[in-house]
Amino acid sequence: MPQRQSAFLSVRHIHKQFGSHAALADVSLDIDSGELVCLLGPSGCGKTTLLRIIAGLEQQNSGTVILGGRDISNAPPQARDYGILFQSYALFPNLTVAQNVAYGLSGKRDLRGKITARVEEMLGLVGMSGASGKYPGQLSGGQQQRVALARALAPSPSLLLLDEPMSALDARVREHLRIELRALQKRLSITTLMVTHDQEEAMVMADRIAVMNAGVIEQFDTPRKLYQQPASPFIAEFVGEANWLPCVRLDAHRAQLGAHELHVSTPMADPTQKLFVRPEAVRVVPSLDQAPNTLLAKVLDGVFLGRNYRLSLRLDGAPGVTIQAIVPPQTGDALLGRHAATHCRIELPSDELRGYA
Amino acid sequence: MNCAAMPEPVMNTTTVDYPIPPLEATRLGRRPMSAGVAKAGLMLGQGILILGLIVFLALPLAAILMRAMVDGSGDWVGFTLVARIISADGFAPMVGRSLAVGLVTTALVVPCAYVFAYGLSRTRMPGRQALRLIALLPLLAPSLLPGIALIYLLGNQGLLKGIAGGATIYGFWGIVVGEAFYTFPHALMILLTGLLLADGRYYDAARAMGAGSIRTFLTVTLPATRYAVFSACCVVFTLTVTDFGVPKVIGGDYNVLAMEAYKAVVGQQDFSKGAAIGILLLLPALLTFVLDRRLRARQGAQLTGRAQPYVPAHDRRRDLVFFAMALTMAAAIVLIIGVSVWASFVKMWPYNLSLSLRSYDFDNMDGGGWLAWRNSMQLAFWAALIGTAVVFTGAWMMEKMPARSPLAQTLRATVRMLALTPMAVPGLVLGLGYIFVFNSPANPVPALYGSMLLLVICTIVHFYTSAHLTATTAMNGLDPEFEAASRSLKVPAFLTFMRVTLPLCLPAVLDVARYLFVSAMTTVSALVFIYSPSTVLAAVAVLNMDDAGFIGPAAAMCTVIMASSAMVSVLLHLASRTLVRRTQQWRVASAH
Repeated sequence: MPQRQSAFLSVRHIHKQFGSHAALADVSLDIDSGELVCLLGPSGCGKTTLLRIIAGLEQQNSGTVILGGRDISNAPPQARDYGILFQSYALFPNLTVAQNVAYGLSGKRDLRGKITARVEEMLGLVGMSGASGKYPGQLSGGQQQRVALARALAPSPSLLLLDEPMSALDARVREHLRIELRALQKRLSITTLMVTHDQEEAMVMADRIAVMNAGVIEQFDTPRKLYQQPASPFIAEFVGEANWLPCVRLDAHRAQLGAHELHVSTPMADPTQKLFVRPEAVRVVPSLDQAPNTLLAKVLDGVFLGRNYRLSLRLDGAPGVTIQAIVPPQTGDALLGRHAATHCRIELPSDELRGYA
Repeated sequence: MNCAAMPEPVMNTTTVDYPIPPLEATRLGRRPMSAGVAKAGLMLGQGILILGLIVFLALPLAAILMRAMVDGSGDWVGFTLVARIISADGFAPMVGRSLAVGLVTTALVVPCAYVFAYGLSRTRMPGRQALRLIALLPLLAPSLLPGIALIYLLGNQGLLKGIAGGATIYGFWGIVVGEAFYTFPHALMILLTGLLLADGRYYDAARAMGAGSIRTFLTVTLPATRYAVFSACCVVFTLTVTDFGVPKVIGGDYNVLAMEAYKAVVGQQDFSKGAAIGILLLLPALLTFVLDRRLRARQGAQLTGRAQPYVPAHDRRRDLVFFAMALTMAAAIVLIIGVSVWASFVKMWPYNLSLSLRSYDFDNMDGGGWLAWRNSMQLAFWAALIGTAVVFTGAWMMEKMPARSPLAQTLRATVRMLALTPMAVPGLVLGLGYIFVFNSPANPVPALYGSMLLLVICTIVHFYTSAHLTATTAMNGLDPEFEAASRSLKVPAFLTFMRVTLPLCLPAVLDVARYLFVSAMTTVSALVFIYSPSTVLAAVAVLNMDDAGFIGPAAAMCTVIMASSAMVSVLLHLASRTLVRRTQQWRVASAH
């Protein structure tokens, strides 16, 4: 990744070693001002370590962190200018909501009136007006998170760090808060870095997602690109669902799948051993259609998912290869009805196929 | 506390549509403390703690080792001195006597304490709170008290001398009974903790598989508490073998090792001999201590976060049996304390049992008079105040502050080890070490010689381990991100310690203060070697008055000590309750 001039937070060549285990291996990341970036990956991939290094809570073995043009690689946390929301929120249980929010504000007595106003403003911002006298223990998980967010934002930091902010919440509350948090972030246009292992959360919230695996960033892209053009099988698997079809590469645009020859728009590198296609990209077409990239398949099973059907299909002319397809309800009903055909013709659109080694 | 059903308020997304105003304009933000200042402060604090532990713990221990290698004229003799003492006539039998007392006391106390603890934690016998309080009463008294009580009961002029049937209480059985009284609460607390940690799910499983109560006890309870049992055995044995208070009062000519060391130093001024025996006493203490730590570390893995507390079922017969046994033991404790309190008010035991305050006329007696009591109160007050502050600040610096560099990590490991050491060092050994360091011309801190401050420091060091463990346990129960959160908010770490960490640990803080206060009131073992005429202490006065044959005043002073410790304990308990109610509303609030 070339270093861009506009990067607000720039992380360069970070190495972090825990004993003999390399937690981060040469990680670089550039985040623009006002952007929300997600660090996404399975547990143990190094995403939290990277966040804690940016926060100054861990010390990298080598590499630099630049925030707003200032090199903070070796600065202590209090000299870095960020707010952080922890997984546990880390609200001080013996202080009231107002005292918690005011914790990062000046302790000067003559500013008390202004501080009270600021606290109320922050609580209003997160929809917690009127809770200032309560203790964190009296609040629900979601409310605690709002207070912790208000506390982190009160000193007006230039960077907001979120460490798995939703993982302690119920599924329903989580879905709701995602959207609110994103709306707030956009309105304040505060540069934000969020760590999560939940790909849906990352897709909903992020401007760009950095997918991490085993201490490296495998791909850093917009959610859409990540989904449609995953840089590696790992990403294809981690972000959304994937079908993998064993194939033989004929040339950069043609691959042999069993008895069928398929056209692939994106050039395939050599070697290529499997083709990737998202289940929802698989299309059911009229049986007599003899267009390229279509083939017959046997319907093995179908599950009704509400908005659509998920079909399990076995490809004719490619023994042992099954494929998952997400199809509209009408198509599913037609295929799975009482007098249903056991076979159908599917199309694997050439611009939806990608080859991987 | 997690009210999932509560509707989530909606963030105010319409009324405020401007970015947060920058704080620089309003001067509301905190200016972070300079990193250099913060770092220097922490280094300074850690340095002081390490220096303190080295000067007041490591140095005395080193000194006692050195001293055992040097003869009376100051010549280096290596191990010959130790060898000579060991091979001297009458030494082996003395070791045998110490072992016998230690083993018999352990065999008596640990099963009794187990039954008592089981009754408290695993049955629904009546009066559990009161019984527990009674069982802990011996902690409030100096170890000399049971000896004095036994003399009043079964001594030459004992009230119940007839029952003894001519056998004398002075000697083996006197020591054993006295030590049993003294060590009982220590064993009880360890066993009670072990039993309370039980996981109720195992009991449900055992019952579901049809195991009877005996079988459940043998297959579940006993294995789960075997480390606590071992730990209790170690503590009782070590306390007994290294104590000279009880043997001094009631041992007669049944001479044990600790007594010999005390006599060598206080009586014969033979410091090398005292040091040599001190080292011998250090050995079993160190051995059991190391074993104990190792076993305890292994047990840690047994407990999981999902453990369910055990709730005893209804069982009339079981409750009655345990109640009867616990009541008997409590009665014995009350008898011993009661007799010495009563005797202290009696005119002329056992001939004239009418009451008088004659024994409390301390100022007209040897031993230091009321000055001793005032000194003890002063000592206990400062030990509690300074000790609690040092213990919690130390634990916080070591547990909650980051240590990244290898140097910092080495320092931390050193401090951890030093903080655990006092538990393995008998008071006798520590006191001797203090003589060698602070009563010598090479005293590193001359101003401390003969001062009250030295006694305060010695007491804090002597009881450091338990206090330190209480503090670290309390702190490790807190969210580890508190410090990180406050640093991200640019708040100095020390402010968070004062505003958040310490208030959250308040119950533990008061526990430690109470422990240090009561220990300072009652301990003799280390301080008897380093007090000066102006800093004579109440517990030492008991020893001296008993030595001079003033047994009534000795009992009276014991009573005063007990009353003072009890009163301060109650006061601290009330203060704790009030403070918790006033400053810890969040606890009450969270309970809903």
